Amino acid sequence: MADLLRTGLYDLHVRLGAKIVPFAGYEMPVQYPLGVLKEHLHTRAAAGLFDVSHMGQVIVRAPSGKAVDAALALEALVPVDLAGLAEGRQRYAMFTNETGGILDDLMVANRGDHLFVVVNAACKGADIAHMRAHLALEVTEITDRALLALQGPAAEAALARLVPGVAAMRFMDVGVFDWVGTEVWISRSGYTGEDGFEISVPDARAVAFAEALLEMPEVEPIGLGARDSLRLEAGLCLYGHDIDTTTTPVEASLSWAIQKARRAGGAREGGFPGAARILGELAAGPSRRRMGLLPEGRAPMREGVEIYAAPEGGAPLGVICSGGFGPSINAPMAMAYLPADLAVGTIVYGDVRGRRLPARIAPLPFQPTTFKR
Amino acid sequence: MKYTEEHEWLRVEGDLVVVGITEHAAEALGDVVFVELPEPGTKVARGDEVSVIESVKAASDILAPVDGEIVEVNADLGDNPGLVNEDPMGKAWFFKMKLEDLKALDGFMDEAAYKALIG
Repeated sequence: MADLLRTGLYDLHVRLGAKIVPFAGYEMPVQYPLGVLKEHLHTRAAAGLFDVSHMGQVIVRAPSGKAVDAALALEALVPVDLAGLAEGRQRYAMFTNETGGILDDLMVANRGDHLFVVVNAACKGADIAHMRAHLALEVTEITDRALLALQGPAAEAALARLVPGVAAMRFMDVGVFDWVGTEVWISRSGYTGEDGFEISVPDARAVAFAEALLEMPEVEPIGLGARDSLRLEAGLCLYGHDIDTTTTPVEASLSWAIQKARRAGGAREGGFPGAARILGELAAGPSRRRMGLLPEGRAPMREGVEIYAAPEGGAPLGVICSGGFGPSINAPMAMAYLPADLAVGTIVYGDVRGRRLPARIAPLPFQPTTFKR
Repeated sequence: MKYTEEHEWLRVEGDLVVVGITEHAAEALGDVVFVELPEPGTKVARGDEVSVIESVKAASDILAPVDGEIVEVNADLGDNPGLVNEDPMGKAWFFKMKLEDLKALDGFMDEAAYKALIG
């Protein structure tokens, strides 16, 4: 096994008593002494601080020095309207392949003279190579900045003590701010379903910035364990589990991320890898779709559990892609790819250790989101 | 108190053996959110999967430590699986077993041996 990398906050995690696990090639904190359950609930009640420095931060620049030109070029790789993204705004996107599958999901921000792109840790090398191979753009990985997320209802008040300007931001705004002489790049976004921020800080100041937040009574450090249960309650996809090269954005219930301009009849219809399949599925509907599932009992149904139409017999309808226990909904929850015509409320059966247990198809998210629109 | 290599503890109570998981195991599992218990009256053989613990992280099996019959289960764990984290060595016992012969417990570790095992 290759040597694991560490983020600039590794020593801080250890000092805080984190349990460290390998994740996407990094040694990352899976939980702190508070534990997954309490970390999850704390984030929904106050504010949680996450180290997401393992993710890829990339600057994409056109020769013209205009973000819109970089956006138009990048549209060749994603089914998303990037040219229509205003300066100071961010949008969710995904790189697709020729068969309409998803290579990675990402965030793209328009920062005036360039795009700022954040991609998954496990995919960042491939994503950067993919952009360089297909685009006449300058693609630069930022390797000297940490990335932190501060999430939860108290996130605004906490962060505004350090960077007062953030209080005026709306969901998916991005901006460059000053924190006592250090340039920080902030977006009002996250991966928990809560209001919150993602903050890019130069490595040299990252520990001091994290400590300044952690000194505040409402802020606790949160590990990958709670990050996963928070995002699942919010119905958000985890790459490699809920989406991958075999799932299209339409099957993944991510059609909302494909704006009118890129759809049939739009100003820049198609023109991305897999467009024939994706536009076809938008028109005719996919045969299967990512859906929410609420097990009727208390037993969690986890990734890999097969779903059946009946308590006995028959072939599986699909498989759970993410599943676990939702601390805020105080119940097990899962997502699965199932026949698209199954309606919310339908009872299906998950095979848990050889027994078929009932689960109800449920709308996503499981936990209402609280974004500041 | 005796201990198994699967991090279960065994406590003799009259002619019964009470079975639970150790504090070390509970800590490693993380927050427990669901416990599936066997039916009282079930005859089990050593190594049978008789119970399942689901934590926020994963599912783990509880194995029958010895041959015998499950005579009682701890219903409190169904309502409050978090007891496994709060009091693993006490209130969070899983089930009580009746053995043919309590001598079956002789081969298990004592506390000192278990402590050496978990370091």
